[in-house]
Formats: sequence, structure tokens, C-alpha cells
Amino acid sequence: MDQHVTFPVDDEGRIRRRPLVAELMSHRGDALVITGLGSATYDVAAAGDHDNNFYFWGGMGLTAMTGLGLAIAQPKRRAVVITGDGDMMMGIGSLATIASAGPDNLAILVLDNERFGETGEQIGLSAGVTDMVQMAKGAGFQTAATFATEAEMRELPELLFSTPGPVFCVAKVAPGNDERVLPSTDGAYLTRRFRDAL
Amino acid sequence: MSWSEDVFSVLENQQISTIATVPDAGLSRVLSLCEDAPSKKVVTLTTEEEGVGMMLGLWLGKERGALLMQSSGVGNCINALSVMASTRCPCAMLITMRGQWGEFNPWQVPMGHATQPVMEAMGVYCYSVEQADQIAETFDAACGLAFNGGYAAAVLIHQRALGTKVF
Repeated sequence: MDQHVTFPVDDEGRIRRRPLVAELMSHRGDALVITGLGSATYDVAAAGDHDNNFYFWGGMGLTAMTGLGLAIAQPKRRAVVITGDGDMMMGIGSLATIASAGPDNLAILVLDNERFGETGEQIGLSAGVTDMVQMAKGAGFQTAATFATEAEMRELPELLFSTPGPVFCVAKVAPGNDERVLPSTDGAYLTRRFRDAL
Repeated sequence: MSWSEDVFSVLENQQISTIATVPDAGLSRVLSLCEDAPSKKVVTLTTEEEGVGMMLGLWLGKERGALLMQSSGVGNCINALSVMASTRCPCAMLITMRGQWGEFNPWQVPMGHATQPVMEAMGVYCYSVEQADQIAETFDAACGLAFNGGYAAAVLIHQRALGTKVF
């Protein structure tokens, strides 16, 4: 990532998710991207719709596992999961499944606002004593880290799109809902479109 | 257990290359055949709904998978199955039943009793098999429905076909 790129922050200095995701997606190359329901889907859609984006609109907790299936099916392509902390926590056991399967082409980015943003900003478990990165390491991820500052965020493009996987990244981001940018909710269409674009 | 060899042949013929599972005793032979086959990858799950999510990822990547589990795991999959319905993703499932005929463990009975109704409520086409020699052909038909039609389809292997678990 260019050193001159700056990341907008909120009043408390926390990185804002929408411009962060836009910057990250500008580095996607030919990566295949799966997004978790809610704000992660809106953030990635806001960065520009793409035939090889698959957006979840339900099935909370499943996003990382769909990423694993995709990584297994397309071993020569990079598979990247972008999701929220609620979705990842609901499927936290899947980190053991993924680490054990060990796909070298899968990276997971959790946009951790420590909130259930869709339902009224209720405080999430990752705001407290729970550390998803430690859970990922315990599950067997060799590459797992938390990113909070602008300097740290500069490492994310390399980790998401190049570093041998499985990779697990938690980006601490500001709470608050950005404008909702809604991609298609037609799951059959999104599925067919994604497959046709491979 | 010749039905296990026959089911393995169905997996081969249907070009199913990845198996997701939380193991069950009745599936152990099929799973060991898959583990030993260079053409197959077996992914052991933490919980069964992960396998439903994985079926979608495999399909998005133009690969075929199957989910093998015990009936108690079906309860874990309910909301995940909504994703199959919403995406028209093929989902082929082979399920060994508990809580039916001669079940020794009463804690298995409620979920065993609910397995088929719950799946059907989520839009899964279910085929119950009571005779071992009909398991493979029924699974073949279920795979055909799943992959040709974009449906979730499950074969429920009745405890009559498996024998009951005793301790």
C-alpha cells in the first residue's frame, strides 16, 4: 500500500471501515471475495460491485466456511473473506476447521467494530475480554494478528492478497453505520454470476 | 458393509471431490474409503452447519461436495439451510439416523423424531431408506436432484438399515 495513503478516522482516532475497505479492494487483483451479512457486504459493495464478489444476506456465522469451500475448489485463486465480528464470533469454531484444512490461498478479514451494527449498535463480545486473534492462534492459524492503527493497516493488502494462508486478520474499526450500499439480494443470481465469471 | 463401497462409487461417479463431515459410527466405512482415496478430500467440521456453508463455497468454485452427518447434526443446520434455499445451491446430504427403531439412548429420540420434518420445513427433499441395499441408489438419485436441479436433498439412513447402537 502506498505510504501516502491515509485512512480517515473518527473523533476518537479509530479507523473508519468504509474507506479502509475501499482502499483494500483496490488491491484485489483477481481475488475471489466473500462478504459476511450486514455492513461487510455494504462496505465491499460500496467499493464497487464485481462478478467475483459473493455477498451474504443471511446465514450468519457461515461466511468463513464458504470461504474455505471456495479456497478448496479454486486452489490457484486467492479467496478472501471480509466479514464482521458478530458473524465471525457466531462461526468461531470454524477457525479450527479452517486451520486444520490449511488452505494456503485463504485469508479472512474481520472488520471488528465491537458492535452488532445492524440491530442497534449493541456491544459485541469482542469489545470485552474475548480476543479473536488468540482464538485463531489456538485453532492453529500461524498467521493471525490485530490491526488498529493506520501504520498497521498498511500491512493488510499484502496479508489479504499475497501472504500464504490461511491468514486471519482483525481490523479494529470505528462503530457507526455508513450509508447502506445494497447489492443484489438475489442469491441464485449472485451464485450464478460468480460461477460464470470464473 | 457393502453399501458403504456402493456409496463411495456414487461419490466417484457424481464427481464429488470434497466431503464435509462430523463423523458417525454408521458412516465410518464410507469416510475411511474417502480418506484413503486420492480423488477425495475429507474436511472434519466443528459443527454441521459449517458444512452447509462449505457446500456453497465449493459450488461457487465449481466443485461438488457432499455433507455426511448423524441426524442430531441436522438440528444444527437449520438456519444454514436457508442459504441453500436462497442461492439454489446444490446440497447433497447423507444422514445416519438416531432416535428411531430400538434406540437405546432416549436423549437421541427428540432430534431423531424431528429430523425429517425440520429438513422438509427448510426446503430439503428427503428420502428415507430402510434397506441397506437401497442406500447407494437412493443417494445417487438425491445427488442427481441436487446437482441438476439446484436443490438440497438428503438421504436418511434408517436405523433398521444400520442396526441399533448398543453399549
